[in-house]
Amino acid sequence: MRFAGTDTYVATPDLMLAVNAALALERPLLIKGEPGTGKTLLAEEVARALKRPLLQWHIKSTTKAMQGLYEYDAVSRLRDSQLGDGRVGDIANYLKRGVLWDAFEADSPAVVLIDEIDKADLEFPNDLLRELDRMEFYVYETQRTIVARHRPLVVITSNNEKELPDAFLRRCFFHYIRFPDKETMTRIVDVHFPGLKRALLSEALEVFFNLREVPGLKKKPSTSELLDWLKLLLAEDIPPEALHSTDSKVFIPPLHGALLKNEQDVHLFERVAFMRRAGRN
Amino acid sequence: MLVDFFLHLQRARLPVSTREFLTLLEALREHVADQSIDDFHLLARTCLIKDEAHYDRYDLAFGSYFQGAAALFDVKASIPEEWLRGEFMRLLSEADRAKIEALGGLDKLLETFKQRLAEQRERHAGGNKWIGTGGTSPFGSAGFNPEGIRIGQQGGGQRRAVKVWDQRSFRNLDGSVELNTRNIKVALRRLRRFAREGPAEELDLDGTITGTARNAGWLDLHLVPERRNRAKVLLLLDVGGSMDPHVQLCEELFSAARTEFRHLETFYFHNCVYEHVWRDNRRHNQSMGTLELLRTYGPDWKLIVVGDAAMSPYELLQPGGGASHFNEESGLAWLKRLSDHFRKLIWWNPEKVELWEHMQSTQLILQLLGPRMFPLTLEGISRGIDALRH
Repeated sequence: MRFAGTDTYVATPDLMLAVNAALALERPLLIKGEPGTGKTLLAEEVARALKRPLLQWHIKSTTKAMQGLYEYDAVSRLRDSQLGDGRVGDIANYLKRGVLWDAFEADSPAVVLIDEIDKADLEFPNDLLRELDRMEFYVYETQRTIVARHRPLVVITSNNEKELPDAFLRRCFFHYIRFPDKETMTRIVDVHFPGLKRALLSEALEVFFNLREVPGLKKKPSTSELLDWLKLLLAEDIPPEALHSTDSKVFIPPLHGALLKNEQDVHLFERVAFMRRAGRN
Repeated sequence: MLVDFFLHLQRARLPVSTREFLTLLEALREHVADQSIDDFHLLARTCLIKDEAHYDRYDLAFGSYFQGAAALFDVKASIPEEWLRGEFMRLLSEADRAKIEALGGLDKLLETFKQRLAEQRERHAGGNKWIGTGGTSPFGSAGFNPEGIRIGQQGGGQRRAVKVWDQRSFRNLDGSVELNTRNIKVALRRLRRFAREGPAEELDLDGTITGTARNAGWLDLHLVPERRNRAKVLLLLDVGGSMDPHVQLCEELFSAARTEFRHLETFYFHNCVYEHVWRDNRRHNQSMGTLELLRTYGPDWKLIVVGDAAMSPYELLQPGGGASHFNEESGLAWLKRLSDHFRKLIWWNPEKVELWEHMQSTQLILQLLGPRMFPLTLEGISRGIDALRH
């Protein structure tokens, strides 16, 4: 069982190798990369390609490791005891299963996505060490150990906001998704906009990569922004000639608001283009 | 044989562990990668390297191991191109420089010259035709050997396929990643002052049980606000010239503190705190008066000063002693104001403890602060945090 990209997701050879290694050795895979390069999308596409169910856990800053395992709904139990409900006797009725519990008890191997793990508290990854390593955990309330029937493929994404602890890193495979080069980018756009006119595509890519080269941008436009921009260009029916300019360095592309999300970046870019224009005249 | 490779990576200061190495061997046994060196390069990277900041170092180490090069790192490749160009321009005479300008500048010249080099290679023969015999380039007959100038490709003159790890595509990731701040963050965590503020959303189980019992069994839910870290920290950083060697350490501390404390305010000062502090390290016109600082941040804020306390004693003792401007009150007077206002204050000094007794200014500040100055090491940070808590 190997992963080779799908018809809607272009995977570079190194990424394919990392996913296959994680599949073969049944270890978690940690993915980092610039925002907008398809980290979250990767898990969805892997699940689709391997025909496995996908379980998603999106981490927030308040997330605790226990929430991925289970939560004990004490309030419902108290309420039911008040009402005289018979279920109160068994505490297992009030344990709300988390993502990892569902994954471990699934009938067929699943893909688990732990999204943006660096958003959580500092100690969060350390709290999951045993669960990721041995794929089992102990439920204190019912005194049972839940062991994974089939080891799921765990894909963990990180935005590099916080450093992850060493003990956690040692247990994972790691892959850094590089920003795609022009050729890979062409394939990605092809997959999302089949039949896009060659002329428009090549002009747009030229503009896009030049924009990424502008010095001092706080947030360089990424793949997802390029795709949004192309959608807008198509919707507004902008011809390729509008994107073409003899002097690509001073050219301000139309609808550049889709590419530059930061007000400061937009101002910087307009100023740089203006200065360059003034410099030439 | 792979054990040597593993040890080679360790010698290249890559943090690889035995367990990861065993995982790599397992992966090879499972035939995850094809039997090619490119695939092995990628597989080993996935198993052993867990941070993209190390990718470049890994590429270099891999390249040097599998090509048996003597040097561990290619020193020449890391000399920036601008420096080489600068040196090159310096060595030319005025007349030569003028000629370069006449030809459209150095960039255009190098382009033309790249093309000519390519032509020369393809032609193979044609005698020893150095660039410049036509008299149109400034190199002339006594000029440099053009092939000595590194114009971009690293492989030199031989035609061989450039390997992925030789391309050094991850070179610029080395410096841009977050600094190694985890240790500092763990130490700073102890300053968390949890307080329950905000809307009541969390179930207080004990309170609920007590309340329900008092109600003779009728459910009485008690909710309390969630715990949040309410520690308020005011950080004053010294950015005077003598702090330059400690910049890296201060940046690490700053980076760690910023993610740890929600209420963190930072200001900068030069050598000693006088009438003004600055919000921004670079824009000196965005200053705030120190008196205003004292008014804005109440005594419940915890003050941390980071500085090497290294200045001439006159700056501390006398009005007018300040190096960059005329201060009307002495540095010590200002420090005393800070010390009186903030109930909890500590000073972190990146200078080594052994040197403190040799600096008169440090001694003066120690006299004022008492035992509240700590070295900027992990242990000193811990002790400082303890002092702030109690």
